[in-house]
Amino acid sequence: MSQVVAKPAAGHTAAHAPVVRARGWGRQPRPLASRRVVTRLAWFVVMLAFAAFFVVPLIWLLIAPTKTDHQLVFEGSLTFGSFHSFLHSWDALYSFQAHELLRWLENSAEYSAGGVLLALGCAVPAGYGLALTEFAGRKVLLSVTLLVMIMPFSALVLPLFLEMNLAHLDNTAWSVVLPFGFFPFGVYLCYIFFSSTIPKELLAAARVDGASEWDVFRWIALPLARPVVALVGFFAFVSDWTNFFLPYVMFANDRQYPLPVGLEYLISSASAFNPVAGANSPILRPELAMAALVAIAPVFIVFLFAQRALVTGMLAGATKE
Amino acid sequence: MMLLAFGVVPTAYALYLSFTEAGKPWHWVGLGNFLKTGRDFRFLPAFEHIAIYLVFWLVMLVVVVLFLALMLHGGVRRLVPAFRFLFYLPGALAGSASVVVWAFMLDPQLSPWHFALSSIFHFSVFAQVIAPGHLPVVFAVIAFWTGAGGWIVVMNGALNNISDEIIDSAKIDGANAMQLAFRVKLPLIKKWVVYMLILAFAAGTQLIVEPILIGSASLGMVSPFWSPNQLAYYLAAYDDNFNYAAAISVDLLFVGLVAAALLVFRGKLFELE
Repeated sequence: MSQVVAKPAAGHTAAHAPVVRARGWGRQPRPLASRRVVTRLAWFVVMLAFAAFFVVPLIWLLIAPTKTDHQLVFEGSLTFGSFHSFLHSWDALYSFQAHELLRWLENSAEYSAGGVLLALGCAVPAGYGLALTEFAGRKVLLSVTLLVMIMPFSALVLPLFLEMNLAHLDNTAWSVVLPFGFFPFGVYLCYIFFSSTIPKELLAAARVDGASEWDVFRWIALPLARPVVALVGFFAFVSDWTNFFLPYVMFANDRQYPLPVGLEYLISSASAFNPVAGANSPILRPELAMAALVAIAPVFIVFLFAQRALVTGMLAGATKE
Repeated sequence: MMLLAFGVVPTAYALYLSFTEAGKPWHWVGLGNFLKTGRDFRFLPAFEHIAIYLVFWLVMLVVVVLFLALMLHGGVRRLVPAFRFLFYLPGALAGSASVVVWAFMLDPQLSPWHFALSSIFHFSVFAQVIAPGHLPVVFAVIAFWTGAGGWIVVMNGALNNISDEIIDSAKIDGANAMQLAFRVKLPLIKKWVVYMLILAFAAGTQLIVEPILIGSASLGMVSPFWSPNQLAYYLAAYDDNFNYAAAISVDLLFVGLVAAALLVFRGKLFELE
């Protein structure tokens, strides 16, 4: 079935065109068909314009490191530079402050890995408990989980900083890993999964057979939960890797930064945006673009491969009608 | 269950700090910190900025996301997944990378859109683009670029959930494409639009990455207390006034909580059973 939405851009004649279905109406008069081509074309042009808005910055970012700073300013903005410049940008970025980039990458990897593991370790049992066991205050707990899930995480960043400061954990990896472990969206996803896919009778049967509560969870629920573990791990990874505010607040020393905060450091300390003051700086705009590419690469790769999982997850955030 | 420790404890501690005075544990000052921060010369501008930003961001989000989602739903079937994916792609750049990209995009010297920037808006240098009056729009565009795609996917999913019978019967009744979009499809996904608005509103009040990075990129042309979150951070990190910082973060937390509570208890979108 192909339908065509008439748009204002196509003029008011198109707006009055009856919606035509490809099959089922038999032969169509010719003028109608050509009008359909026009609306389709207009549709395509409008969509292409919006796609350009979304994609051109990405393309620009991909080719920016292939140019010198001078070329960025004086040559066409979407032309390819040279492979040589690309290597040069990489070298300059890589050697910046004794391979600090590597350090940031390691930090990012460490914080995200710790965060993901902790988030999974908490979210899966919590979701399981909420979905399949009965205990006092279950409904309250579920409501609180939902509340904090919807509430933006950054609202908690400063309170968390105050808390970590009190516990003298600021400036340690724990100060970001522990809060990353707090992932109510993951709990909710697990809850939805367990309550919709695993019948309580199955667990009851196992208990009758003499399995302990732990056995039931470990040997029955957990193996069945593999898909939701992957989904939660994926979301936790993306949100931890891209998180900026929390590590920005927690760390005073740039050697501890993860990459997103490292980017800010590059901008402000290396004067990438200030070619006059930063003339001697190894980090100019092509290097900065390269750093941004490095920062997004892992998430980007995950995005390309897990597109479908992402879409399901976004819709699972709330139940369907 | 121990998860709540990182949601409830910091909230409680921030509440405690916001109601007490520095250096004097358990010395309650009531609403004193809130009143003092409220009178701070930086307080009102920050909330004013965020309010203007929210207007642009939410209007842009609703109008363009719905427009694109409806276009996709009524469009050429074979091309829909490709376009949806392209719209969604910038989502991978959430956080600081997207702001870096936009610092480039908004620099008339570098931007692939320098033509638009210079001949339509008459900007020739970056500083003009990010003049104080433009900042809310600039930040809204950046947030839109990374965030809109996800919402287009959600709206598209919601539209796909509308049963074919409803749409077919509307067509038989003679509805044209415009009527179909505005009178039939839109009311059916109203719930999701409200959902999007509330979430986007709550997230928007927390704006922080964009002003920090654009501020660094422009060598301080954006005030370090442009948004309320920045102000709270500044108070904690530079003024060492944790109590004031706590008061502002409680203000913000409150807004986020109210929005969340509205959705959870009134929205009927989530299953609690």
